[in-house]
Amino acid sequence: MLDTLSDLYWTYQNVIHGVAVNGILALSVYVVLSIGQLALGQAAFMGIGAYFGAIATTKLGLPFPVAILASILTPAAVALAIGAPTLRLTGVYLAISMLGLGEISRLLLLNWDYAGGALGLSGIPERGDVYLLYGVLIVLIIAFIFVGRSRLGRAMEAMREDETAAGVMGVNIPRYKLAALVVSAMLAGLAGCLSAHLSSFIGPNEYGFEEATTILSFALLGGIGTPLGPVAGATILTLLPEVLRFLADYRLMINGAIIVIAILFMPRGLLSWRMKRTV
Amino acid sequence: MATIKTTLDVQGLTKKFGGLIAADDVTFQVSQNTVHGLIGPNGAGKTTVFNMISGVLPATAGSIRLLDEPLDKLPTWERTRRGVARTFQNIRMFGDMRVVENVITGMHSRLKSDIGSILIRQRSFKKEEREAEAVAHEQLAFVGLEKAADRRAGDLSYGDQRRLEIARALASQPKILLLDEPAAGMNPAETHALIPLLQRLRDERGLTLLIVEHDMHLVMSLCDRITVINFGKRIADGTPAEVREHPAVIEAYLGHKVDDRKAAGPASKVRS
Repeated sequence: MLDTLSDLYWTYQNVIHGVAVNGILALSVYVVLSIGQLALGQAAFMGIGAYFGAIATTKLGLPFPVAILASILTPAAVALAIGAPTLRLTGVYLAISMLGLGEISRLLLLNWDYAGGALGLSGIPERGDVYLLYGVLIVLIIAFIFVGRSRLGRAMEAMREDETAAGVMGVNIPRYKLAALVVSAMLAGLAGCLSAHLSSFIGPNEYGFEEATTILSFALLGGIGTPLGPVAGATILTLLPEVLRFLADYRLMINGAIIVIAILFMPRGLLSWRMKRTV
Repeated sequence: MATIKTTLDVQGLTKKFGGLIAADDVTFQVSQNTVHGLIGPNGAGKTTVFNMISGVLPATAGSIRLLDEPLDKLPTWERTRRGVARTFQNIRMFGDMRVVENVITGMHSRLKSDIGSILIRQRSFKKEEREAEAVAHEQLAFVGLEKAADRRAGDLSYGDQRRLEIARALASQPKILLLDEPAAGMNPAETHALIPLLQRLRDERGLTLLIVEHDMHLVMSLCDRITVINFGKRIADGTPAEVREHPAVIEAYLGHKVDDRKAAGPASKVRS
């Protein structure tokens, strides 16, 4: 029995790690979506976190916890810096500015010779394990549920439903928007660092537009009524390509069709219930 | 008279949208513990004045003072903290939230728990939340919605949503409550029940109310003082009796008194 489990783990290691990393990314996009902002900056923050974390261990020989700290604080600083000018924007305008951020950071990484330029960073030491990944994910989910069932969670849902009315209720709108962006950046950076230390290689093109939309689709598929929705979406979208492997050439086609059908028939996501907002 | 305090002092309030002057030098004072009506024909600028007082729209010129403190430079949420609460003409409910959660959201500026105490679920946080829920139920009982506390707010009837908006606004412990057409969309029975509710806010809770309303029965029977605006300008200010007799008000609501001959002329031509 244990042997079978162990075999299963070694065979599907990448998928098992991927589910947790994508779960953290799903929570990152959830923070921003739950206040009613269209979020597309997560891939860029993930890239920044991955690079700074990997540089800390690979180039500077710093311990893994320091790398984690760097991967959280660097994207947070970037989010703080770009938050002030961009958070006056809403909807598609904000989304476009975030795509711009993604492209700028991709080009910077591409031309940053110290970090390997177009070749990327390789030989990243393997750090962290399945316990760390899922431990982080579970702690984050619990934290999100606690925050959701408090004045902060109510303020965030109020902003999503009606920003003007939320302001009249006394919610400091710009502060919440900036805080959501910074927390989202921290989580994306953390996910980037964790995945970089599992895959041993990162390149500048891994954190572009495609990754940004993939992360957004986790929440789109799972629903944003509770933090579990995006995590469920991430789990399914990570597992689906593996489960469909028997379809060989038709795999990606069926994968796409399943997503389209799910979104058409479940516009509020797979987990469509909303969480209670009281203790 | 000197002992009567002014809760809200609006001086020369002006709002221009490009060439359109939505509010033009509007001045009035709302005395403490009174119901003050702000009336005028459709498009007179009443809601614009409300939006400027609550900070939803910035004023082009003029000043707003709440209990002698200037509000002009403050953002909406800060005005709420200082004691301005409002409802909206086109109801702005948090429709997916439960009724009681809407009211607790109205208490946002009164609750103090920070992220740290929330994450470790400190006892003070849980206590604050339980107290907030109790207060929310009291507010709901006050407006007669106690039984609907756990229903989805968006599922309430129009009249109930209006009362829920009042409960939500009360939850912020305001010094002045701005009600934008509280009776709009209510049936006569609901409107009739609204009058004693608003009177109790003034008489039992000592609240100051500023009301925009088109239902003249409600306005005349409830208001201690009325300001009338038309085309953005103040045209009258006084007690309900004074305002009712004011020639400019009659003209604004009923139109010009016209010369018989002039009026008959073109009309008779059309007929023949």
